[in-house]
Amino acid sequence: MRIDVDIGKALRAGERRFDLAVKFTSEADVTVLFGPSGAGKTQTLLAIAGLSRPDRGVIRIDERTLFDETRRIDVAARRRRIGFVFQDYALFPHLSVLHNVAFARAGAWPWPRLSRIAHAPADVREIIDAFALGAFLKNHPQQLSGGQRQRVALARALAARPGLLLLDEPFAALDAPLRARLRDELLAVRARFGVPMVVITHDPEDVGALGGRMIRFDEGVVVGDGRADAPAEPTTEAP
Amino acid sequence: MNAAVVAPLLLSLQVAASATLLALVAGIACARALGRRQGWLRDIAESLLTLPLVLPPTVLGYYLLVLLGKQGAIGTWLHERLGIELIFTWQAAVIAAAVAAFPLILRAASAAFADVDVQLEQAARSLGESETRVFLRVSLPLAWRGVLAGALLAFARAMGEFGATLMVAGSLPGRTQTLSIAIYNAVMAGNDDDARTMVMVSLIASVGILVIAARVLGRRQVR
Repeated sequence: MRIDVDIGKALRAGERRFDLAVKFTSEADVTVLFGPSGAGKTQTLLAIAGLSRPDRGVIRIDERTLFDETRRIDVAARRRRIGFVFQDYALFPHLSVLHNVAFARAGAWPWPRLSRIAHAPADVREIIDAFALGAFLKNHPQQLSGGQRQRVALARALAARPGLLLLDEPFAALDAPLRARLRDELLAVRARFGVPMVVITHDPEDVGALGGRMIRFDEGVVVGDGRADAPAEPTTEAP
Repeated sequence: MNAAVVAPLLLSLQVAASATLLALVAGIACARALGRRQGWLRDIAESLLTLPLVLPPTVLGYYLLVLLGKQGAIGTWLHERLGIELIFTWQAAVIAAAVAAFPLILRAASAAFADVDVQLEQAARSLGESETRVFLRVSLPLAWRGVLAGALLAFARAMGEFGATLMVAGSLPGRTQTLSIAIYNAVMAGNDDDARTMVMVSLIASVGILVIAARVLGRRQVR
Protein backbone atom coordinates (compact mmCIF):
# COMPACT_ATOMS: atom_id res chain seq x y z
CA MET A 1 0.00 0.00 0.00
CA ARG A 2 1.17 3.46 -0.87
CA ILE A 3 0.13 6.51 1.11
CA ASP A 4 0.53 9.95 -0.44
CA VAL A 5 -0.09 12.95 1.77
CA ASP A 6 0.45 16.54 0.70
CA ILE A 7 -1.81 18.83 2.69
CA GLY A 8 -1.97 22.27 4.25
CA LYS A 9 -4.20 23.64 6.98
CA ALA A 10 -4.18 26.77 9.12
CA LEU A 11 -4.50 25.69 12.75
CA ARG A 12 -5.23 27.55 15.92
CA ALA A 13 -4.47 26.06 19.32
CA GLY A 14 -5.42 28.59 21.95
CA GLU A 15 -3.24 31.66 21.40
CA ARG A 16 -0.87 29.85 19.12
CA ARG A 17 -1.44 29.73 15.38
CA PHE A 18 0.54 27.68 12.97
CA ASP A 19 0.37 26.36 9.48
CA LEU A 20 0.30 22.67 8.91
CA ALA A 21 2.19 21.86 5.70
CA VAL A 22 2.75 18.15 5.57
CA LYS A 23 4.09 16.16 2.65
CA PHE A 24 5.19 12.56 2.72
CA THR A 25 4.90 9.29 0.89
CA SER A 26 5.17 5.87 2.43
CA GLU A 27 4.90 2.33 1.13
CA ALA A 28 5.90 0.72 4.41
CA ASP A 29 3.72 -1.69 6.40
CA VAL A 30 4.25 0.48 9.45
CA THR A 31 4.69 4.22 9.08
CA VAL A 32 5.68 6.05 12.25
CA LEU A 33 4.89 9.75 12.60
CA PHE A 34 7.42 10.98 15.14
CA GLY A 35 7.86 14.38 16.75
CA PRO A 36 7.06 16.57 19.75
CA SER A 37 3.45 17.13 20.76
CA GLY A 38 1.80 20.03 18.96
CA ALA A 39 3.77 19.32 15.78
CA GLY A 40 0.64 18.50 13.76
CA LYS A 41 0.81 14.70 13.84
CA THR A 42 -2.72 14.19 15.11
CA GLN A 43 -4.13 16.73 12.64
CA THR A 44 -2.42 14.82 9.84
CA LEU A 45 -3.90 11.55 11.03
CA LEU A 46 -7.39 13.07 11.36
CA ALA A 47 -7.09 14.42 7.81
CA ILE A 48 -6.16 10.99 6.44
CA ALA A 49 -9.18 9.49 8.23
CA GLY A 50 -11.47 12.21 6.87
CA LEU A 51 -12.32 13.47 10.36
CA SER A 52 -10.77 16.87 9.74
CA ARG A 53 -10.76 18.72 6.44
CA PRO A 54 -7.47 20.20 5.18
CA ASP A 55 -7.54 23.65 3.54
CA ARG A 56 -5.64 22.43 0.52
CA GLY A 57 -3.76 19.51 -0.92
CA VAL A 58 -4.17 15.87 -1.81
CA ILE A 59 -4.51 12.60 0.09
CA ARG A 60 -4.20 9.41 -1.91
CA ILE A 61 -4.05 5.77 -0.92
CA ASP A 62 -2.77 3.61 -3.75
CA GLU A 63 -4.75 4.83 -6.76
CA ARG A 64 -7.71 6.04 -4.69
CA THR A 65 -7.96 9.78 -4.13
CA LEU A 66 -9.54 10.44 -0.74
CA PHE A 67 -9.08 14.19 -0.79
CA ASP A 68 -8.18 16.63 -3.53
CA GLU A 69 -9.00 20.23 -2.89
CA THR A 70 -8.58 21.42 -6.49
CA ARG A 71 -10.75 18.59 -7.84
CA ARG A 72 -13.25 19.02 -4.99
CA ILE A 73 -12.91 15.44 -3.87
CA ASP A 74 -13.54 14.74 -0.20
CA VAL A 75 -14.55 11.17 0.52
CA ALA A 76 -16.67 10.93 3.70
CA ALA A 77 -14.92 9.35 6.69
CA ARG A 78 -17.40 6.50 6.74
CA ARG A 79 -16.55 5.53 3.16
CA ARG A 80 -12.76 5.65 3.52
CA ARG A 81 -12.42 2.27 5.26
CA ILE A 82 -9.74 3.64 7.50
CA GLY A 83 -9.66 2.51 11.12
CA PHE A 84 -8.78 5.05 13.80
CA VAL A 85 -7.57 4.27 17.31
CA PHE A 86 -7.83 7.44 19.38
CA GLN A 87 -5.27 8.37 21.98
CA ASP A 88 -7.75 7.88 24.81
CA TYR A 89 -9.50 5.13 22.83
CA ALA A 90 -12.94 6.80 22.58
CA LEU A 91 -14.77 3.60 23.51
CA PHE A 92 -18.55 3.94 23.65
CA PRO A 93 -19.32 4.21 27.38
CA HIS A 94 -22.95 3.11 26.96
CA LEU A 95 -22.07 -0.16 25.21
CA SER A 96 -20.60 -3.43 26.41
CA VAL A 97 -17.23 -4.63 25.14
CA LEU A 98 -19.00 -6.97 22.72
CA HIS A 99 -21.14 -4.17 21.31
CA ASN A 100 -18.12 -1.88 21.10
CA VAL A 101 -16.11 -4.43 19.13
CA ALA A 102 -19.01 -5.40 16.87
CA PHE A 103 -20.20 -1.77 16.46
CA ALA A 104 -19.34 -1.53 12.77
CA ARG A 105 -21.06 -4.83 12.05
CA ALA A 106 -24.50 -4.11 13.48
CA GLY A 107 -26.36 -4.44 10.19
CA ALA A 108 -29.26 -2.36 8.94
CA TRP A 109 -31.12 -1.96 12.23
CA PRO A 110 -29.31 0.69 14.29
CA TRP A 111 -29.90 -1.11 17.59
CA PRO A 112 -28.39 -4.56 17.20
CA ARG A 113 -29.84 -7.36 19.29
CA LEU A 114 -26.47 -9.02 19.49
CA SER A 115 -26.78 -10.43 22.98
CA ARG A 116 -24.29 -13.25 22.74
CA ILE A 117 -20.93 -13.69 21.12
CA ALA A 118 -22.33 -16.69 19.23
CA HIS A 119 -24.36 -14.24 17.13
CA ALA A 120 -21.31 -12.26 16.08
CA PRO A 121 -19.81 -12.78 12.61
CA ALA A 122 -16.99 -15.36 12.50
CA ASP A 123 -14.23 -12.83 11.87
CA VAL A 124 -15.43 -10.69 14.80
CA ARG A 125 -15.22 -13.78 17.03
CA GLU A 126 -11.71 -14.37 15.73
CA ILE A 127 -10.71 -10.80 16.59
CA ILE A 128 -12.20 -11.19 20.08
CA ASP A 129 -10.12 -14.35 20.54
CA ALA A 130 -6.99 -12.69 19.17
CA PHE A 131 -7.26 -9.93 21.78
CA ALA A 132 -8.28 -12.28 24.58
CA LEU A 133 -11.45 -10.27 25.25
CA GLY A 134 -13.70 -13.28 25.81
CA ALA A 135 -13.86 -12.79 29.58
CA PHE A 136 -14.92 -9.12 29.42
CA LEU A 137 -17.57 -9.11 26.73
CA LYS A 138 -20.39 -8.08 29.06
CA ASN A 139 -18.30 -5.42 30.83
CA HIS A 140 -18.47 -1.74 30.01
CA PRO A 141 -15.32 0.19 29.04
CA GLN A 142 -15.14 2.06 32.34
CA GLN A 143 -14.69 -1.28 34.13
CA LEU A 144 -11.55 -2.15 32.15
CA SER A 145 -7.88 -1.44 32.75
CA GLY A 146 -5.90 0.78 30.38
CA GLY A 147 -4.36 -2.15 28.52
CA GLN A 148 -7.74 -3.85 28.11
CA ARG A 149 -9.28 -0.64 26.79
CA GLN A 150 -6.56 -0.36 24.21
CA ARG A 151 -7.22 -3.92 23.07
CA VAL A 152 -10.94 -3.18 22.76
CA ALA A 153 -10.18 -0.05 20.72
CA LEU A 154 -7.91 -2.01 18.39
CA ALA A 155 -10.40 -4.86 18.09
CA ARG A 156 -13.24 -2.42 17.36
CA ALA A 157 -11.25 -0.75 14.58
CA LEU A 158 -10.20 -4.08 13.03
CA ALA A 159 -13.74 -5.49 13.13
CA ALA A 160 -14.74 -2.79 10.61
CA ARG A 161 -12.28 -4.47 8.18
CA PRO A 162 -10.26 -1.35 7.42
CA GLY A 163 -7.73 -1.15 4.61
CA LEU A 164 -5.51 1.04 6.76
CA LEU A 165 -5.25 1.50 10.51
CA LEU A 166 -4.32 4.82 12.11
CA LEU A 167 -3.17 4.90 15.73
CA ASP A 168 -2.77 8.15 17.67
CA GLU A 169 -0.20 7.70 20.47
CA PRO A 170 -1.46 4.19 21.23
CA PHE A 171 0.86 3.72 24.22
CA ALA A 172 0.85 7.20 25.74
CA ALA A 173 -1.66 6.35 28.47
CA LEU A 174 0.15 3.19 29.61
CA ASP A 175 3.04 2.52 31.99
CA ALA A 176 6.40 1.32 30.68
CA PRO A 177 6.13 -2.50 31.13
CA LEU A 178 2.64 -2.58 29.64
CA ARG A 179 3.82 -0.33 26.83
CA ALA A 180 6.52 -2.82 25.79
CA ARG A 181 4.03 -5.70 25.87
CA LEU A 182 1.41 -3.89 23.82
CA ARG A 183 4.04 -2.83 21.28
CA ASP A 184 4.76 -6.49 20.66
CA GLU A 185 1.04 -7.19 20.50
CA LEU A 186 0.54 -4.47 17.94
CA LEU A 187 3.24 -5.97 15.72
CA ALA A 188 1.63 -9.39 16.14
CA VAL A 189 -1.72 -7.88 15.10
CA ARG A 190 -0.08 -6.37 12.04
CA ALA A 191 1.37 -9.72 11.07
CA ARG A 192 -1.88 -11.59 11.72
CA PHE A 193 -4.40 -9.27 10.10
CA GLY A 194 -2.04 -7.87 7.45
CA VAL A 195 -3.38 -4.33 7.74
CA PRO A 196 -0.93 -1.47 7.13
CA MET A 197 -0.58 1.03 9.95
CA VAL A 198 0.30 4.64 10.54
CA VAL A 199 1.31 5.16 14.17
CA ILE A 200 1.92 8.44 15.98
CA THR A 201 4.43 8.58 18.77
CA HIS A 202 6.73 11.01 20.53
CA ASP A 203 8.65 8.19 22.23
CA PRO A 204 11.95 7.30 20.47
CA GLU A 205 11.70 3.80 21.94
CA ASP A 206 8.47 3.19 20.02
CA VAL A 207 10.18 4.27 16.82
CA GLY A 208 12.94 1.70 17.19
CA ALA A 209 10.60 -1.11 18.24
CA LEU A 210 7.95 -0.61 15.57
CA GLY A 211 10.42 -0.32 12.70
CA GLY A 212 9.14 0.57 9.26
CA ARG A 213 9.32 4.06 7.91
CA MET A 214 9.65 7.11 10.09
CA ILE A 215 8.31 10.54 9.21
CA ARG A 216 9.70 13.19 11.51
CA PHE A 217 7.45 16.16 12.36
CA ASP A 218 8.23 19.52 13.85
CA GLU A 219 6.19 22.74 13.98
CA GLY A 220 3.63 21.51 11.48
CA VAL A 221 6.04 20.35 8.80
CA VAL A 222 7.87 17.14 7.90
CA VAL A 223 11.52 17.73 8.73
CA GLY A 224 12.92 14.38 7.73
CA ASP A 225 12.17 10.77 7.03
CA GLY A 226 14.00 7.53 6.89
CA ARG A 227 14.08 4.02 8.23
CA ALA A 228 12.61 3.93 11.70
CA ASP A 229 15.24 1.55 13.11
CA ALA A 230 17.94 4.07 12.15
CA PRO A 231 16.45 7.40 13.18
CA ALA A 232 17.32 10.28 10.90
CA GLU A 233 19.63 12.97 12.12
CA PRO A 234 17.79 15.97 13.49
CA THR A 235 17.44 18.54 10.80
CA THR A 236 16.14 22.08 10.76
CA GLU A 237 15.60 22.49 7.04
CA ALA A 238 12.04 23.02 5.90
CA PRO A 239 10.76 20.97 2.95
CA MET B 1 -63.53 12.66 43.38
CA ASN B 2 -66.44 13.92 41.34
CA ALA B 3 -66.64 14.33 37.58
CA ALA B 4 -66.04 18.07 37.81
CA VAL B 5 -62.53 17.25 39.02
CA VAL B 6 -61.76 14.02 37.15
CA ALA B 7 -62.68 15.19 33.64
CA PRO B 8 -60.35 18.24 33.62
CA LEU B 9 -57.57 16.15 35.19
CA LEU B 10 -57.78 13.45 32.52
CA LEU B 11 -57.97 16.07 29.77
CA SER B 12 -54.92 17.85 31.22
CA LEU B 13 -52.93 14.60 31.29
CA GLN B 14 -53.95 13.85 27.70
CA VAL B 15 -53.07 17.36 26.50
CA ALA B 16 -49.79 17.51 28.42
CA ALA B 17 -48.65 14.07 27.23
CA SER B 18 -49.43 14.87 23.58
CA ALA B 19 -47.81 18.28 23.86
CA THR B 20 -44.68 16.82 25.45
CA LEU B 21 -44.35 14.27 22.66
CA LEU B 22 -44.77 16.98 20.04
CA ALA B 23 -42.28 19.27 21.77
CA LEU B 24 -39.87 16.36 22.25
CA VAL B 25 -39.67 15.60 18.54
CA ALA B 26 -39.40 19.28 17.59
CA GLY B 27 -36.95 20.03 20.40
CA ILE B 28 -34.59 17.18 19.54
CA ALA B 29 -34.74 18.07 15.85
CA CYS B 30 -33.96 21.74 16.53
CA ALA B 31 -31.23 20.91 19.06
CA ARG B 32 -29.63 18.66 16.47
CA ALA B 33 -29.96 21.30 13.73
CA LEU B 34 -28.32 23.90 15.98
CA GLY B 35 -25.76 21.22 16.80
CA ARG B 36 -22.24 22.37 17.47
CA ARG B 37 -22.59 25.46 15.29
CA GLN B 38 -21.36 28.72 16.72
CA GLY B 39 -21.72 32.39 16.00
CA TRP B 40 -24.36 35.09 15.63
CA LEU B 41 -26.85 33.18 13.54
CA ARG B 42 -26.96 30.35 16.03
CA ASP B 43 -27.48 32.76 18.93
CA ILE B 44 -30.31 34.52 17.12
CA ALA B 45 -31.97 31.24 16.16
CA GLU B 46 -31.69 29.91 19.69
CA SER B 47 -33.08 33.14 21.17
CA LEU B 48 -36.07 33.08 18.83
CA LEU B 49 -36.75 29.44 19.67
CA THR B 50 -36.52 30.20 23.40
CA LEU B 51 -38.93 33.12 23.14
CA PRO B 52 -42.06 31.15 24.18
CA LEU B 53 -40.42 30.66 27.57
CA VAL B 54 -40.27 34.37 28.38
CA LEU B 55 -43.23 35.79 26.44
CA PRO B 56 -46.46 36.31 28.38
CA PRO B 57 -48.67 33.30 27.58
CA THR B 58 -51.36 35.67 26.31
CA VAL B 59 -48.96 37.03 23.70
CA LEU B 60 -48.20 33.46 22.70
CA GLY B 61 -51.94 32.77 22.49
CA TYR B 62 -52.48 35.87 20.40
CA TYR B 63 -49.91 34.84 17.83
CA LEU B 64 -51.22 31.28 17.76
CA LEU B 65 -54.69 32.70 17.05
CA VAL B 66 -53.23 34.85 14.30
CA LEU B 67 -51.59 31.77 12.75
CA LEU B 68 -54.20 29.09 13.39
CA GLY B 69 -57.45 31.09 13.34
CA LYS B 70 -59.84 31.12 10.41
CA GLN B 71 -58.10 34.14 8.93
CA GLY B 72 -54.66 32.90 9.91
CA ALA B 73 -52.05 31.69 7.44
CA ILE B 74 -52.02 28.10 8.65
CA GLY B 75 -55.65 28.12 9.77
CA THR B 76 -56.93 29.10 6.31
CA TRP B 77 -54.87 26.41 4.64
CA LEU B 78 -56.01 23.73 7.10
CA HIS B 79 -59.65 24.77 6.69
CA GLU B 80 -59.68 24.96 2.89
CA ARG B 81 -57.48 21.97 2.09
CA LEU B 82 -58.26 19.56 4.89
CA GLY B 83 -61.49 20.90 6.36
CA ILE B 84 -59.88 21.11 9.79
CA GLU B 85 -60.73 23.78 12.31
CA LEU B 86 -58.30 23.83 15.18
CA ILE B 87 -59.50 26.70 17.32
CA PHE B 88 -61.56 25.65 20.37
CA THR B 89 -60.52 21.99 20.13
CA TRP B 90 -58.34 20.00 22.51
CA GLN B 91 -55.77 19.71 19.73
CA ALA B 92 -55.41 23.50 19.84
CA ALA B 93 -54.70 23.17 23.56
CA VAL B 94 -52.01 20.61 22.67
CA ILE B 95 -50.36 23.05 20.26
CA ALA B 96 -50.47 25.88 22.78
CA ALA B 97 -48.95 23.69 25.49
CA ALA B 98 -46.35 22.26 23.10
CA VAL B 99 -45.18 25.71 22.03
CA ALA B 100 -44.97 26.84 25.64
CA ALA B 101 -43.04 23.71 26.68
CA PHE B 102 -40.79 23.46 23.62
CA PRO B 103 -37.96 25.77 24.85
CA LEU B 104 -37.49 23.64 27.98
CA ILE B 105 -36.79 20.58 25.85
CA LEU B 106 -34.68 22.53 23.38
CA ARG B 107 -32.46 23.90 26.17
CA ALA B 108 -32.08 20.54 27.89
CA ALA B 109 -31.42 18.68 24.63
CA SER B 110 -28.92 21.27 23.38
CA ALA B 111 -26.95 21.02 26.61
CA ALA B 112 -27.12 17.23 26.63
CA PHE B 113 -25.96 16.90 23.01
CA ALA B 114 -23.17 19.43 23.58
CA ASP B 115 -21.95 17.24 26.46
CA VAL B 116 -21.46 14.22 24.21
CA ASP B 117 -17.76 13.74 23.50
CA VAL B 118 -17.11 14.74 19.87
CA GLN B 119 -14.52 12.00 19.64
CA LEU B 120 -17.13 9.31 20.20
CA GLU B 121 -19.08 10.61 17.20
CA GLN B 122 -15.85 10.76 15.20
CA ALA B 123 -15.10 7.16 16.19
CA ALA B 124 -18.53 6.06 14.95
CA ARG B 125 -17.97 7.86 11.64
CA SER B 126 -14.62 6.18 11.14
CA LEU B 127 -16.38 2.85 11.80
CA GLY B 128 -18.54 3.47 8.74
CA GLU B 129 -21.69 4.99 10.26
CA SER B 130 -23.84 7.60 8.51
CA GLU B 131 -24.76 10.82 10.33
CA THR B 132 -28.26 9.50 11.11
CA ARG B 133 -26.86 6.32 12.59
CA VAL B 134 -24.19 8.21 14.55
CA PHE B 135 -27.04 10.21 16.03
CA LEU B 136 -29.21 7.19 16.82
CA ARG B 137 -26.45 4.92 18.12
CA VAL B 138 -24.10 7.33 19.89
CA SER B 139 -25.36 10.90 20.40
CA LEU B 140 -28.94 10.15 21.45
CA PRO B 141 -28.18 7.25 23.84
CA LEU B 142 -25.51 9.35 25.56
CA ALA B 143 -27.74 12.43 25.78
CA TRP B 144 -31.10 10.80 26.58
CA ARG B 145 -30.85 11.40 30.33
CA GLY B 146 -30.65 15.18 29.87
CA VAL B 147 -33.33 15.08 27.18
CA LEU B 148 -35.64 13.09 29.44
CA ALA B 149 -35.17 15.52 32.33
CA GLY B 150 -36.11 18.34 29.94
CA ALA B 151 -39.16 16.36 28.81
CA LEU B 152 -40.36 15.99 32.41
CA LEU B 153 -40.10 19.73 33.00
CA ALA B 154 -41.88 20.28 29.70
CA PHE B 155 -44.67 17.97 30.83
CA ALA B 156 -45.06 19.93 34.06
CA ARG B 157 -45.09 23.20 32.13
CA ALA B 158 -47.69 21.79 29.71
CA MET B 159 -49.87 20.64 32.62
CA GLY B 160 -49.86 24.18 34.00
CA GLU B 161 -50.48 26.01 30.71
CA PHE B 162 -53.26 28.56 31.12
CA GLY B 163 -53.13 31.80 29.14
CA ALA B 164 -52.34 30.58 25.64
CA THR B 165 -54.62 27.57 26.07
CA LEU B 166 -57.54 29.72 27.12
CA MET B 167 -57.10 31.94 24.05
CA VAL B 168 -56.89 29.22 21.41
CA ALA B 169 -58.95 26.42 22.99
CA GLY B 170 -61.33 28.28 25.24
CA SER B 171 -62.92 26.67 28.28
CA LEU B 172 -65.49 24.17 27.06
CA PRO B 173 -66.23 21.79 29.96
CA GLY B 174 -65.34 18.22 29.06
CA ARG B 175 -63.75 19.26 25.77
CA THR B 176 -61.12 21.93 26.27
CA GLN B 177 -61.36 22.77 29.94
CA THR B 178 -58.02 21.68 31.36
CA LEU B 179 -57.22 21.45 35.06
CA SER B 180 -55.67 24.89 35.41
CA ILE B 181 -58.59 26.51 33.60
CA ALA B 182 -61.10 24.49 35.63
CA ILE B 183 -59.47 25.74 38.82
CA TYR B 184 -59.92 29.35 37.68
CA ASN B 185 -63.54 28.72 36.79
CA ALA B 186 -64.25 26.92 40.07
CA VAL B 187 -62.81 29.78 42.10
CA MET B 188 -64.73 32.36 40.09
CA ALA B 189 -67.95 30.37 40.51
CA GLY B 190 -67.38 29.92 44.24
CA ASN B 191 -67.01 26.11 44.10
CA ASP B 192 -64.41 26.11 46.86
CA ASP B 193 -64.43 22.33 47.44
CA ASP B 194 -63.74 21.52 43.80
CA ALA B 195 -61.10 24.23 43.62
CA ARG B 196 -59.35 22.92 46.73
CA THR B 197 -59.28 19.35 45.43
CA MET B 198 -58.01 20.37 41.99
CA VAL B 199 -55.30 22.57 43.50
CA MET B 200 -54.13 19.67 45.67
CA VAL B 201 -54.10 17.29 42.68
CA SER B 202 -52.16 19.84 40.66
CA LEU B 203 -49.66 20.36 43.46
CA ILE B 204 -49.07 16.65 44.00
CA ALA B 205 -48.61 16.05 40.28
CA SER B 206 -46.08 18.89 39.98
CA VAL B 207 -44.05 17.79 43.00
CA GLY B 208 -44.08 14.21 41.72
CA ILE B 209 -42.74 15.28 38.33
CA LEU B 210 -39.99 17.38 39.89
CA VAL B 211 -38.92 14.51 42.13
CA ILE B 212 -38.76 12.12 39.16
CA ALA B 213 -36.79 14.71 37.12
CA ALA B 214 -34.29 15.09 39.96
CA ARG B 215 -33.91 11.31 40.20
CA VAL B 216 -33.37 11.00 36.45
CA LEU B 217 -30.69 13.70 36.42
CA GLY B 218 -29.17 12.78 39.74
CA ARG B 219 -28.60 9.10 39.15
CA ARG B 220 -24.91 8.64 38.71
CA GLN B 221 -23.86 8.84 35.09
CA VAL B 222 -22.63 5.47 33.85
CA ARG B 223 -19.28 6.40 32.40
